[in-house]
Amino acid sequence: MNDFEFLENDFEFIGDKQDIHTDAVQPSKPFLKDVWERFKSNKGALIGAILIIIIVLLAIVGPLIVPYVFDAVDVSQQSMAPRVPLLENLGFMDGTGGIKEYTGQFADAYHYFGTDQLGRDLWVRVWEGTRISLFVAASAVIIDIFIGMVYGLVSGFFGGVVDNVMQRIQEIINSIPTLVILTLLLLVMTPSLYTIIIALMITGWIGMARITRAQVLKIKEQEFVLASRTLGASDFFIIFKAILPNIFGQLITMSMFSIPNAIFYEAFLAFVGLGIPAPQASLGSLINDGFNTVTTTPYMVVIPVIVLAILMLSFNLMADGLRDALDPTMKEM
Amino acid sequence: MDKSTLKYIVKRIVMAVLTLLLIILILFTLMKFMPGSPFNVEKLSPALIARLEAKYGLDQPVFVQFFNYLKGLMVGDFGISLKLMKGIEVSSLVSSRIAISFGIGLAAAAVGTAIGVVLGIVAALHKNTFWDTLATVVAVIGVSIPSFVFALVLLLIFAVQLNILPVLYDVNTPIKSAIMPTLALSVGAIANVARFTRTEMIEVLRSDYILLAEAKGLDRGTVIRKHALRNTLVPVVTVLAPIIINLMTGSMVIEKVCGIPGLGMLLVAAIQGNDIYVVMAVAFLYSILYVVMMLIVDVLYGVIDPRIRVGKGD
Repeated sequence: MNDFEFLENDFEFIGDKQDIHTDAVQPSKPFLKDVWERFKSNKGALIGAILIIIIVLLAIVGPLIVPYVFDAVDVSQQSMAPRVPLLENLGFMDGTGGIKEYTGQFADAYHYFGTDQLGRDLWVRVWEGTRISLFVAASAVIIDIFIGMVYGLVSGFFGGVVDNVMQRIQEIINSIPTLVILTLLLLVMTPSLYTIIIALMITGWIGMARITRAQVLKIKEQEFVLASRTLGASDFFIIFKAILPNIFGQLITMSMFSIPNAIFYEAFLAFVGLGIPAPQASLGSLINDGFNTVTTTPYMVVIPVIVLAILMLSFNLMADGLRDALDPTMKEM
Repeated sequence: MDKSTLKYIVKRIVMAVLTLLLIILILFTLMKFMPGSPFNVEKLSPALIARLEAKYGLDQPVFVQFFNYLKGLMVGDFGISLKLMKGIEVSSLVSSRIAISFGIGLAAAAVGTAIGVVLGIVAALHKNTFWDTLATVVAVIGVSIPSFVFALVLLLIFAVQLNILPVLYDVNTPIKSAIMPTLALSVGAIANVARFTRTEMIEVLRSDYILLAEAKGLDRGTVIRKHALRNTLVPVVTVLAPIIINLMTGSMVIEKVCGIPGLGMLLVAAIQGNDIYVVMAVAFLYSILYVVMMLIVDVLYGVIDPRIRVGKGD
């Protein structure tokens, strides 16, 4: 064996083909900084977050920077096509193609997103609508987190009969399609901003409760909980100081995934005619109104649809990134 | 099939039946609380309304009405439409629309699953290449953007601009009219299935038995076809649940966008017209579909993966 000789081409360089693992001691970083760095390195999530910030800002200041109000009906300006300064010189969004043209007293008017059948400015209405859609979604999700968290914590922590009963209740509610619950609830209650939030809330908390319970079941068996109990900690202390901080990341991720869902259901309800009543608007009701004239003035439906799509996509991208950043072990391969 | 599997299935079926009964009860209660009357209150005199109520049994105590309704359901009698199509039996109103709605739903599920599986497998086999990125982008877009957006886009392109597909559903050309809604509905399914298949396939390709198969000298095609594919496709059953939910909510809006005379359109019209028996029948049908599909998914999954049964302590 000793006189075996290696030749140059007996070896093959594989460094380019496979990852070479090096052992390095990573410096310890605070949790939030670590999360932020992982989040930042995910391009999709970052783009999502930036788009959400832009849309939220527009929803707040958008209606303020134009001289129109969301419910000013003016038949002389009905169905005017979008007209944007600068862009109009490029022959794009130049105010042509609508029913009323930018002539006479409106020669210098700019409706960035055009006007609807009643002559209301769509720029204002779209951003007001975005604001309402976001408000509905955010409030529904915040209430969901709260109810779901408490339900899941109690059910998972105490176990036994309590858990069994709570799980059966949850299972039954969960087996009724959301679609049916939502439509029926809104039939019984007159549609308004708050009834829509309540309807979304009733169907939304179950997912939160389920995630919380699963996490609690996992965490309560771990050594640090046992240690805490041995030291004489009360149930209350263990739930809120030992278990809750450990599931917070998951709850945040879950709520980020729920927001686009709530936005979608709100739009869906508006689209089947159970949305918030006029003259207020949400993205869903704008889409619904615009859809009636989709063949003649497509911009009325296209613009809110684009905003809705970007919003939902961004929230999903951000939620994806947040999930990976908060808990890298959950990362899909 | 061993005893524990059988016990599990029976238990799930009992649960499903109980759930359906509860749904009927909830539906019925909600309908009773619904504001407004199914009759034209302004035009009819109180005496006439009383007679109409007697005719349809609406003057009896609520629980008697409930049991009468339940008795009717057993023999497939959903009551009578009080507003939309006066006097027509709800069952005949519904049955003509079920075929259209379910046909499109099934087609969308089939198209979605087929494309989704292919996309997921291609992405997994070419991990971290252009194809993988493309599949991921398609999946993210498909999951996050609602199906009616796709329906609108398709409508604007193929019906309004190119004029090759009908704008509204035409009963005389059912196949041509169904293309657009089917495609729009299937996007969500494609995304869900592709995402899941990809993750599952990558996991399977990493496992020891694939390594063993490769070590035994099987060529890559055989390894993938005979070993990886089978183990990937079995768990795909679990994504059926979100797909069904997507299809159901999606179909209601899609039916409105494409003007399909299906169940969703009927539900919307009945809601707006206060036609209680029609609303109840359609909502009940949706619930049956949902509960039965969930039952199938659960049972299938329990049969496929015994750990689920054991894990639940049954």
